[in-house]
Amino acid sequence: MTAVHCHQLTKEFGTGATRTPVLRGIDLEISTGAISMLVGPSGCGKTTLLSVITGLLNRTSGRVEVLGEDIDTLSPDRQAAFRRRNLGFVFQQYNLLPSLTAAENAAVPLFADGVPYARAVARAREVLGRLEMTHRADARPAELSGGQQQRVAIARALVHDPALLICDEPTAALDAHTGHAVMEMLAAAALSPDRAVLVVTHDNRIFPFAHVITHMEDGRITHSETNHHEPQ
Amino acid sequence: MNYVALRMLLHDRAKYLGLIFSVAFAAFLISHQASIFSSLMARTTSQIMDVVDADVWVMDPRTQNFDEVKPMTSNALLRVRSVEGVEWAERFFKNNARAKAPGGLFRSVILLGVDDATLVGAPRRMVLGDIESLRDPDAILLDQAGYNYLFPGEPLALGREVEINDRRAVVTGICEASAPFQTLPVVFARYSLAVNYVGRERNSLGFVLAKGRPGISPVELSRRIEAETGLTALPQGAWGWRTILYYIGNTGIPVNFGITVMVAIIVGTVVSGQTFYIFTIENLKQFAALKAMGVTNGKLTRMVLLQAAVIGFIGCAFGVAMAAAFFLATKDISHLRGFILRWQILAGTWVLIAAIVAAASLLSVRKLRRLEPAIVFRG
Ligand SMILES: Nc1ncnc2c1ncn2[C@@H]1O[C@H](COP(=O)(O)OP(=O)(O)OP(=O)(O)O)[C@@H](O)[C@H]1O
Ligand SMILES: [Mg+2]
Repeated sequence: MTAVHCHQLTKEFGTGATRTPVLRGIDLEISTGAISMLVGPSGCGKTTLLSVITGLLNRTSGRVEVLGEDIDTLSPDRQAAFRRRNLGFVFQQYNLLPSLTAAENAAVPLFADGVPYARAVARAREVLGRLEMTHRADARPAELSGGQQQRVAIARALVHDPALLICDEPTAALDAHTGHAVMEMLAAAALSPDRAVLVVTHDNRIFPFAHVITHMEDGRITHSETNHHEPQ
Repeated sequence: MNYVALRMLLHDRAKYLGLIFSVAFAAFLISHQASIFSSLMARTTSQIMDVVDADVWVMDPRTQNFDEVKPMTSNALLRVRSVEGVEWAERFFKNNARAKAPGGLFRSVILLGVDDATLVGAPRRMVLGDIESLRDPDAILLDQAGYNYLFPGEPLALGREVEINDRRAVVTGICEASAPFQTLPVVFARYSLAVNYVGRERNSLGFVLAKGRPGISPVELSRRIEAETGLTALPQGAWGWRTILYYIGNTGIPVNFGITVMVAIIVGTVVSGQTFYIFTIENLKQFAALKAMGVTNGKLTRMVLLQAAVIGFIGCAFGVAMAAAFFLATKDISHLRGFILRWQILAGTWVLIAAIVAAASLLSVRKLRRLEPAIVFRG
């Protein structure tokens, strides 16, 4: 099933003399049940593409459909509700709330959707368990290592069972060994027949986890390759 | 998300306490200064409010406040008595005099003269002695605070002699009087004696106190007296307000207190607003992440307003508690007695603090509403 569909998608920043085209006609399909990686040199537009797909930035032209919705045409509140229910985010810098425990942090998407505290935290603990974080569920981010923090962030991204998981450089802040371990857990926890996982990365050590790798350069997709041996 | 908002607020102890402190400081200054102002203004009416026998005060139209009395001719009394609906009307004398204690201490005093026969307008709350003793030769009643000024450290005792404008007077009773504006001692005497102390002038009748027949309201009685005599007649409350408005309109007191309250409001708003804004800025990435994850602007606004409300509530509670503690601690200090925290001021302080924290959070709310969630992807 296709989770994300982009057609002739463009994005420009600025107007007039400062106009910079960043995405120059992207055609892309992301399928469920697989991990898709988006790779390419710095500044080629990967983050911008993620932002447009998730509705955080408006496109300039072309079409984007996420789970069958044209997110750009929704009102801001409907857009927010759409993201709240259907998208999970993992950021390079974790972006956990320092005042909350790991379990509470992981429960934030449920809080945002009005799930009562006890139920939300119980569900968050369950997901943390799948990421082997049960023993640190009551720690605060400052008491956790980078890899542990990223695992909390992954739990947060999965706690509401989203149909699309978006990860921007999830291992860039981690050392090779930890990055590999985190990626392993991410793959195990996130892969599901009705979920698409889109990972933007520079980190070629995690390429083996991908089912599909899409290469970008200067705002265009150059080519895609399918991983023929079963991903790790 | 309310839970998340509160955890975020409590996480940074230093800023949290700073916010509470700045709001508490503003609440304290506002309620404290406004209370002192209102109590000070109320004090200008102390001797009016202490008279409980009469419905209506009658005076020369040129008398604007209790401290500056334009005397009327003595036939004013008869004119008031002849007004339809007046049950009774009696003379009331008010002037300033000098009192000297045997020890040499001397003070200006408020000298009040009550009708020789009826003693209408005499104090009701006696600490020692009896109102009837006013009928004795040279008898005066002195208020307790005044007694303590003239005989510091000495036990309350009757029969002491003082000089009023160089004439002998005997303290035959000690009474309670509400603190006057200038905290002068209050002396009561028979009308005839009081006039003698001050020395005869052409006119000495400062006020006529009148009581209406049953069923005639003070307002109606005042209207009738004014219509028939051309004098000014006011119910007790209205006369008090006239005196207060005179002080508000003709002294710098309200301006000075007003400036302090304004400064408290401005400093409270700026300091708490700035701290709150810094707090928001420091959490901007987290807020952006929340936005990316689908938390709406409306919800973020409510989170910030909740944080502001908590700060406002705790800060204001501390501030007014400090003000209340001040007035409790000083209520027995002679020159600070009668300074109280009125419920109206309490309510007004809460309203102002609500406005302050709302204004303080405005900048933060605006910042968050305009925040681009896409920044969460930036390193
Ligand atoms: N808000 C913006 N305004 C103007 N230009 C922008 C903006 N955001 C990104 N750009 C530009 O768009 C281009 C693509 O940026 P983007 O962040 O998408 O690259 P990237 O592929 O994610 O790079 P990296 O691998 O370093 O994260 C860059 O040249 C960047 O300077
Ligand atoms: Mg990037």
